[in-house]
Amino acid sequence: MKIKKNIAVSESGFVFDPSTGESFSLNQVGLELVELLKQGEDFDAIKKEILEKYDVDEISFEKYYYDFINSLNQNQLLED
Amino acid sequence: MEKLVFERPFIKKLNSGMPSKFGLKTRMEPITEIDEVSVKELIDKYGSPLFVISEKTIRKTYKSAERAFSTRYPKVQFAWSYKTNYLDAVCRVFHKEGAWAEVVSGFEYEKALRNNNPGDQIIFNGPDKSRKDLELATANGSLIHIDHFDELYALIDLAEKSEKKPKVAIRINMDTGIYPQWDRFGFNYENGEAWDALNRIMLSGNLDLVGLHTHIGTFILSADAYGKAAAKLADLAVSLERKYNHVIKYIDMGGGFASNSNLKGAYLPGSDTVPGIDEYADAISSALINSAIKPDNLPLLILETGRALIDEAGYLLGTVLANKRMADGRRSTILDIGVNILFTAFWYDHNIRPAQPFSEHSEETAIYGPLCMNIDVLREAVDFPPLKKDDRVVINRVGAYNMTQWMQFITMRPNVVMIDEKGGVHIIRRNETIDDLVSLEKLPPHLK
Ligand SMILES: Cc1ncc(COP(=O)(O)O)c(C=O)c1O
Repeated sequence: MKIKKNIAVSESGFVFDPSTGESFSLNQVGLELVELLKQGEDFDAIKKEILEKYDVDEISFEKYYYDFINSLNQNQLLED
Repeated sequence: MEKLVFERPFIKKLNSGMPSKFGLKTRMEPITEIDEVSVKELIDKYGSPLFVISEKTIRKTYKSAERAFSTRYPKVQFAWSYKTNYLDAVCRVFHKEGAWAEVVSGFEYEKALRNNNPGDQIIFNGPDKSRKDLELATANGSLIHIDHFDELYALIDLAEKSEKKPKVAIRINMDTGIYPQWDRFGFNYENGEAWDALNRIMLSGNLDLVGLHTHIGTFILSADAYGKAAAKLADLAVSLERKYNHVIKYIDMGGGFASNSNLKGAYLPGSDTVPGIDEYADAISSALINSAIKPDNLPLLILETGRALIDEAGYLLGTVLANKRMADGRRSTILDIGVNILFTAFWYDHNIRPAQPFSEHSEETAIYGPLCMNIDVLREAVDFPPLKKDDRVVINRVGAYNMTQWMQFITMRPNVVMIDEKGGVHIIRRNETIDDLVSLEKLPPHLK
């Protein structure tokens, strides 16, 4: 599972996908995850990073992470 | 280092500035406190879900309604519609503000007596009054509003045997240009039935006809309809004076003013479409003052306003139980608030707001209650920020009809607290326990 490399992500959480012409907005945590995914980090590295920075427990994070991945997939932002 | 607040990660497709089906986006604000009491602390202390009533809001709403009428008409009296919310503490706030009681059953009548209302300040409405109810109301000098001929004849019979003359009015239904016309209660104006009933009362000689009553419906969005109704009642009052030289003491216009809640199917929020109390007051007062009733005989104007006086003062606090994606990818959020305690979810698109700050992102969400029943839907589709399990929500404008029409179904009914004017919090109805409920049941011996 990888995020599309050609998408443009702005600092404010604005996402543009040149292959479909669609644009999206991310909230703060979503933005952070997309950036980590773009850097090619794996789940464990991302989890470590987020748990250090945010007030969230491991199980909750895992739940919301996979739900978020799901919605990236639905929006065709993942590579096949 | 202090950790940052974690919001569920979230992505939303942008639709090039087109208004979505939710219209142009309006910024939603969290409700973190009620009358300066923190929502979080309320839930921590009194549990979730939790009904909260603001005494300050009740009094403020009452005073402004009272002012709207009394600045336009010389004699005005409100009577608190018990069925709208008959928790004793709520009724007593209204009574302290000066409201009489308006009841529609023997049970509500008993409640009104226990709340120290003098008998002659209780209005007894509705199609269901037993012989015993009528005897008690007569003995107490209460105002009996007759609903049908069977009741009228029962009262004539009762009056022959009793020492006191029952004080009566009739309820009148009529065409005021609104649809649907409520014609199942009382006597019809247009077909002459109301006039027949009045003649029957006057000729009986043993009933004291003190008033005329109508209640044209509930959540009526036309102030004009009230003007028409008041004019028709005034006509009857004039006819009574002409024919019998009898002057009635009051005209009771019932309830039915809309609150600011959003009625299902309406395009605009309630606050944009609902007439203000001043408009209703204007329509009614003008119709009475401009009628052919002689100025010296202007009757007391009684109002049985329910919803519009209490909706705003009630809040329902709850907690997110879970989030889910549905088969089509749509998000759903499950709350611990079900339609069993939020009965008005069937009529209103309730305004559900987070109780903690959140980002500006939002997503189409279905909001469900906790019941394992398909009907348990609070909002089919609403633009809602991403909440996490255990986040809190506040639903405002739930003061009317919920704390009376709620059901003990699947779960038990929660605490109801009132915040007094000084910010003190009081439980005014404690949460039900399993012992409360099973104490009403009995096992036949062979099942013990
Ligand atoms: C006779 C009567 N009076 C007053 C009310 C209160 O109505 P509302 O809550 O619409 O003001 C009702 C409610 O249906 C009613 O039946």
